[in-house]
Amino acid sequence: MIRVTRSAIIDAPIERVWAILRDFNSHTAWHPVVAESAIENDEPSDQVGCVRNFTLKDGNHIREQLLALSDNDYVSTYCILDATLPMQRYVATVQLKRVTDSDRTFWHWQSTFDAPRGREQEFADLVGKGVYEGGFEGLRAFLRRRPGAPALAGGMARTVAGGTMATQGIVASRFGGPEVLEARPLEARAPGQGEVRVRHTAIGVNYIDVYVRKGEARLIEPPAPLGMEAAGTVVDVGDGVAHLLPGDRVAYACAPPGAYVGVRTLPASQVIVLPDDVDDETAAALMLKGMTSEYLLHRTHQMRRGETVLVHAAAGGVGLLLCQWAKALGARVIGTVSTDDKARAARAAGCDAVIVGRDYRFAAAVHDASGGRGADVIYDGLGQAAARENLEALAMCGHWVCYGQASGPVDRLSVESLGQKSATFSSPVLFHYTAERAVLTEMAGRTFEALRQGTIRLDIRHRYPLTAAAQAHRELEGRSTIGPLILLP
Amino acid sequence: MIKVYASSVIDAPADSVWARIRDFNGLPAWTPFVAESRIEGGQPADRIGCVRNFRLKDGGLIREQLLTLSDYDYQCSYSILESPMGVDNYVATLKLTPVTDGNRTFAEWWAEFDCAPDREGQLSRDIGQGVFQAAFDSLKTLVRR
Repeated sequence: MIRVTRSAIIDAPIERVWAILRDFNSHTAWHPVVAESAIENDEPSDQVGCVRNFTLKDGNHIREQLLALSDNDYVSTYCILDATLPMQRYVATVQLKRVTDSDRTFWHWQSTFDAPRGREQEFADLVGKGVYEGGFEGLRAFLRRRPGAPALAGGMARTVAGGTMATQGIVASRFGGPEVLEARPLEARAPGQGEVRVRHTAIGVNYIDVYVRKGEARLIEPPAPLGMEAAGTVVDVGDGVAHLLPGDRVAYACAPPGAYVGVRTLPASQVIVLPDDVDDETAAALMLKGMTSEYLLHRTHQMRRGETVLVHAAAGGVGLLLCQWAKALGARVIGTVSTDDKARAARAAGCDAVIVGRDYRFAAAVHDASGGRGADVIYDGLGQAAARENLEALAMCGHWVCYGQASGPVDRLSVESLGQKSATFSSPVLFHYTAERAVLTEMAGRTFEALRQGTIRLDIRHRYPLTAAAQAHRELEGRSTIGPLILLP
Repeated sequence: MIKVYASSVIDAPADSVWARIRDFNGLPAWTPFVAESRIEGGQPADRIGCVRNFRLKDGGLIREQLLTLSDYDYQCSYSILESPMGVDNYVATLKLTPVTDGNRTFAEWWAEFDCAPDREGQLSRDIGQGVFQAAFDSLKTLVRR
């Protein structure tokens, strides 16, 4: 058996090196002897068991299978399945380690295999020098070509070195109605420490944008752009950002506002890389509303099978998702909507009963629809105008979750009034849940998985050019929209 | 249980770095913080199970027991039997790996131990920077001479 070991120090942080090496199909981008490569059956290149099928520049052909991959230990192990070279039982391991006192990377590359008798040295050199040492140099050259930007296959974003980028955005010129929204030229500065610059491809519109525009949620000082969520492509990243690369498709939902723009610079910690199967428009429509649904159903309240849940604005952006997801979790879902059209949408989303009306009178109907029990959980985005009825509609020991205030903030809610039903009142805010990155990625991951499984579905019926943001606001406030609204820069 | 990890690159071949550090009784020769050391009971310093009894330059006395010594893997691990540091179940490993590119050495040193929760941060810094990194820095200076 032949054992070949090579190791090197790479002058880049381990996260940057690993972002390249963990991609089993990245070697065409950096390895000098690899000509063409593809992962068989369109499998993801970080799926253990996937096979890369590649040709070398000397014409040889090799199929290798990924046997192990660890983001925890920075280890990748793979074997040759078949090759035009006479090598047998080839198993190789790439391991990275952090050089803690200089933020560099130790790269250890080792393999064992058999070669024809008498040609052992030839193949040991081929692997050790040609593949491993050649690979070290290839990766170093690759990192030099793209300092801080080792973007891989797929649409390469142009990296703008330093400098400010001109863009356009929709700003609230002052607090007020939709008429205060104005298109203005803006600038996106170069990303600083911990920041990323994103070229937006789709921007989500949420009811919170209306509160911000009116000045009810004092998150901006006019003139300033609105918007809390968007999807797009990474232009460049600042120092200390390891999880994003230029060209990555990304999305975010976070405060402060500023998403109604073509290009934006923001903290990278709030930005997540999109899975291949989630397109940009879906992500822009889903991030805030989907993660809101995620925490409402799994964190603020842990939805249990058999519970009765009342969802207000059941045909709204969050409402439709809540209905679908709650139904899938085994809840009995009652929705309130303002029109018959919306009632149809709510039923299609899984509502067992729908209450239609614009007068905030629903408590009696909720009791009727639940055999007199009332709602174990109320997801309330309405606020003040529905407060009294919500208390009446609540079941004994019920949980009233007020996550929005379309009719104004709930005030003068007495503890005594909750005590009459041993009720719980929650007033959750998405951004408190997503403040911690580990929780954010878990919430986004569960939301994407729900989409993948068909638990939640998005039907985007309302698309507007970014410059028509005022019209989008008018229609959202006029209660004439169903499901999510997005703006396209 | 908390873990402290430090690593560095030493500009010398791994076998020559190993020759400097494999002596379990040799801390005074290559670390900046040990004043004197002896092996208890007159045992050889490469006998597994032997105990080194050493005094820090700041006066503290420490007893450590050799658990592993591998000339094949350039690796040494040991546990603390007694120390003024306030740690329990302390086991540390020092390991060298050759860097074939440039014939240098990748040095790693890590420890796992238990301590009072409010001392974790301070102890991690004291051990990671004050002991492991300080010893690496000293080693880098020695191999340059």
